[in-house]
Amino acid sequence: MIALDPLLVDNLLWVPLIIVLVKVLVVFVVGLLATMLMVWFERKAIAGMQNRIGPNKTGPFGILQTLADGIKLFFKEDLFPSRADRFVFALAPFLSFVPAFLAFAIIPLGGDFRNGSSGEVTLFGQVTRIQLADPPIGVLFALAISSIAVYGIMLAGWSSGSKYPLLGSVRASAQMVSYEAALGLSLACVLLLAGTLSTSGIVAAQSTITEWHFISTGIVPFIIFLIAATAELNRPPFDLVEAEQELVGGFNTEYSSIRFALFYLAEFMNTVTMSALIVTLFFGGPQPIAIGDFVFDIPLLPNALEGTFWLLAKILVFLYMYIWFRATLPRLRYDQLMDLGWKLLIPASLGWFMLLAAQRLARQNGWNIVLVTGASIAVLVICYLLMQAAFAKSARDRSTQGTMF
Amino acid sequence: MGYLGGFLVTFRQHGPKNRVTTQYSGGRMFRRKKRNAKKMDVKIEKPERLHGRHVLNRYEDGMEKCIGCELCAAVCPAKCIHVRGADNNPTSPTSPGERFGWIYEINYLRCIHCDLCVEACPTEAITETKMFEFSFTNRQDAIYTKNELLVDQSGKPQQLAWEDWREGEDKNTSGWMRATSASGDANFTGVVSWSGELGHGVRPAEEKSE
Repeated sequence: MIALDPLLVDNLLWVPLIIVLVKVLVVFVVGLLATMLMVWFERKAIAGMQNRIGPNKTGPFGILQTLADGIKLFFKEDLFPSRADRFVFALAPFLSFVPAFLAFAIIPLGGDFRNGSSGEVTLFGQVTRIQLADPPIGVLFALAISSIAVYGIMLAGWSSGSKYPLLGSVRASAQMVSYEAALGLSLACVLLLAGTLSTSGIVAAQSTITEWHFISTGIVPFIIFLIAATAELNRPPFDLVEAEQELVGGFNTEYSSIRFALFYLAEFMNTVTMSALIVTLFFGGPQPIAIGDFVFDIPLLPNALEGTFWLLAKILVFLYMYIWFRATLPRLRYDQLMDLGWKLLIPASLGWFMLLAAQRLARQNGWNIVLVTGASIAVLVICYLLMQAAFAKSARDRSTQGTMF
Repeated sequence: MGYLGGFLVTFRQHGPKNRVTTQYSGGRMFRRKKRNAKKMDVKIEKPERLHGRHVLNRYEDGMEKCIGCELCAAVCPAKCIHVRGADNNPTSPTSPGERFGWIYEINYLRCIHCDLCVEACPTEAITETKMFEFSFTNRQDAIYTKNELLVDQSGKPQQLAWEDWREGEDKNTSGWMRATSASGDANFTGVVSWSGELGHGVRPAEEKSE
């Protein structure tokens, strides 16, 4: 509790308490607004890619379309299927919606992290961060929360008492659990280099472009994280959970009214949160882009607020990327999805993590780093060949003896 | 480019150059621009054979064409038509002949605008207009009764409050397309001709397409 925020170190007084409450409110409202704008942005951008116009009637450029949809969903009939487990059916949307907002709490939303500053700001004589909470377990919290979100989808499908939602939720739980491994392993590379789990610490460790670790984390772990995060979010091309052509609407088929809206909101909120997490882990979060001593500084703006601007700009790039994925890539088949996760992403992220760990150990003990790297790569290549041999053997066995099931 | 080439394909579609849909007219944006509203708020001309909202037609003397035979209800794949016929009052008949359509209801939450009812009708009583822009706010309004479907004495369809009718759209609503010759005359086979319409006469036949 104490380490969550520099505000809460001393006795709790009225001013820090009010500041925390205001921050909670701001994060909640910003989250809702970001989701609303994300839905609009996605519909508009994907319409552009499909030679359409997109929403253009409500508000300027159709920006209020999500609000109109939300209000409509609010007033729609709230149906409970007769075979549903009523309590779990009502609980599931909240299990999906609440984690989406909780994960947003640990993202640094601004602050001055330049030149080794800690990103702390002074508000009304109180030292605090532009971040709802900065727990020492930081990133682990985000992983834990995203695992809880699986329950929302799983219970929604199970409690509907209907077969398509059940199929969708079974797919969802298998997919999210298996991609979580690749997600965690690629994230561990970042944690290894930053030496801390706290999100503000990770951001502070990435002050210039040279410290973004493009070679060690910027290529392999970043790409694996991006793919695994897309699968974790159930976004196309990994949206087997709600594959419309196969499963009607997937896990949320039986949901209507505001309960459906909560699932929808959670999905887009998760997209925003995941983009923010990628930016925080790999691209310096609220850090301005800086090459060496040269900083792309925005004049007339205090450095703390400039951080917010940079964060938004970077998040926007990734949000666009997710939309781009959706417009471009066809959905994977289920066995292709599992093959990609288990046979490619997890071994690759594990191998890269071992390589980085070996290098770190070599640096600490003063061993010859070239020799250690070479030996590690040789071991990895042998492991890769063994794995391929195992795959080939199992494929041969399957073709001669049939599968176990 | 291999795998990544697809990303360029979708990215290049941005911008108004490739756009295939056009700005839909009407709405708040157009109401606000008072000066240009008239000029911009124009619907695209619709194809001649578009299937829209139905009308029940009348003869030149004001008699209803519907005879309550229920063939339209029988052929409807969406089962959205409900018809009940009744005997005409001999002193003041509603339609020529023995029977008339006493109840006629179409549920537009079900109708798929397939036009099969129009083809099934032996008296050309039911035809489709080119108006499809109607949005009701409750389920009762979705069920059009005979009062709403029947054209007025001059052959014009009724314009209900939730329908977006524009100038000239109420013309040519009762014409029924004859794709082949009814009598089997080889000269008319494949010629698209139209039946007579109350208040508008007969539309010229389309060019024979071979």
